[in-house]
Amino acid sequence: MSRDTALVSADWAEKNLEAPGVVFVEVDEDTSAYDGGHIPGAIKIDWKTDLQDQVRRDFVNKKQFEALLSERGISNDDTVILYGGNNNWFAAYAYWYFKLYGHGDVKLLDGGRKKWELDARPYSKDVPQRAATQYTAQEQDLSIRAFRDDVVAAIGVKNLVDVRSPDEFAGRLLAPAHLPQEQAQRAGHVPTAISVPWSKAANEDGTFKTDEDLRDIYSAAGLDTSKETIAYCRIGERSSHTWFVLHELLGEPSVKNYDGSWTEYGSLVGVPVALGDEPGTLEA
Amino acid sequence: MSVTTCAAPDQAAPIPASVDLEKETVISGTVLATNGDPVAGAYVRLLDRTGEFTAEVVTSPAGRFRFFAAPGQWTVRALSRFGNGGGEVSVARGVNEFQVSVS
Repeated sequence: MSRDTALVSADWAEKNLEAPGVVFVEVDEDTSAYDGGHIPGAIKIDWKTDLQDQVRRDFVNKKQFEALLSERGISNDDTVILYGGNNNWFAAYAYWYFKLYGHGDVKLLDGGRKKWELDARPYSKDVPQRAATQYTAQEQDLSIRAFRDDVVAAIGVKNLVDVRSPDEFAGRLLAPAHLPQEQAQRAGHVPTAISVPWSKAANEDGTFKTDEDLRDIYSAAGLDTSKETIAYCRIGERSSHTWFVLHELLGEPSVKNYDGSWTEYGSLVGVPVALGDEPGTLEA
Repeated sequence: MSVTTCAAPDQAAPIPASVDLEKETVISGTVLATNGDPVAGAYVRLLDRTGEFTAEVVTSPAGRFRFFAAPGQWTVRALSRFGNGGGEVSVARGVNEFQVSVS
């Protein structure tokens, strides 16, 4: 994996809006942005209602994913270009799903909606009609998904990368303070996790920093690339952004996203939790 | 309001009644183009005193933005298709209102 295979520029996107076999997909948790204007030809996926199971606390299973993509008119051999707001958080989450279920060719639009807007590129309100397909997904590739037991076993052994804001890491906040949202029972972080906020990896226009800058950021933070890595945040979307950087852009071979993230870990009974700005130790 | 969200709420909505302005520090304002018109769809970023990214919202159709922060020094930076702008602000508890011009 590398920047060439995982990422497309806004210039490339604008030139390929009508290219056969290329499907643009806007992914957000609030699709009102799409409804107000989107990249011409793009379809939408709602992170909350399309990608999350509405009963179980999990995301859609293989059958549900197949049904979703079939209904939206995406084929197994389509090149899927994902983009969205919030610096591509939810698009990166969707990218991770597409990889998890084995889609062949999927890429992120560098900078997402923000870069598109700042460049004053065109929008459309037309909703394209795509013929339904018979999409076939693979079994989940668990080499890129971490579960809670994997995280507990990784303490002091593997790289744990907490990509939330420094205040959330330290336990001073459970979430950005202005948002009345689902929260973990306890504040803090997984002991021995390093703090590398997702935003370190992005330029202010939402594009990713250069590979060289990215490598410097993670090595300065103490990421040991000889070890496996698990990234987490609060609900798994900001950490998808970091998973994308480490696994897809920098090509680190073993990186997992812990989608349960702090809302799950911080509610577990009997697991160690560290407070403060330092990674802490297993004994914390 | 969703229970699982990391995104910013609708910037045009009134401040929820549950928000206690005696305790909260609100940084709000309008992004304006050089001709004085409000800029919808601008990206407004809040950076802390060390310049670290803290939050980002998209302005409402009336060019409005709002953050809930803490008293002290912050940088408000607006990016838009008409240009960028912003600067350092010093805020206290309550509502702190600013106009940000982009060019």
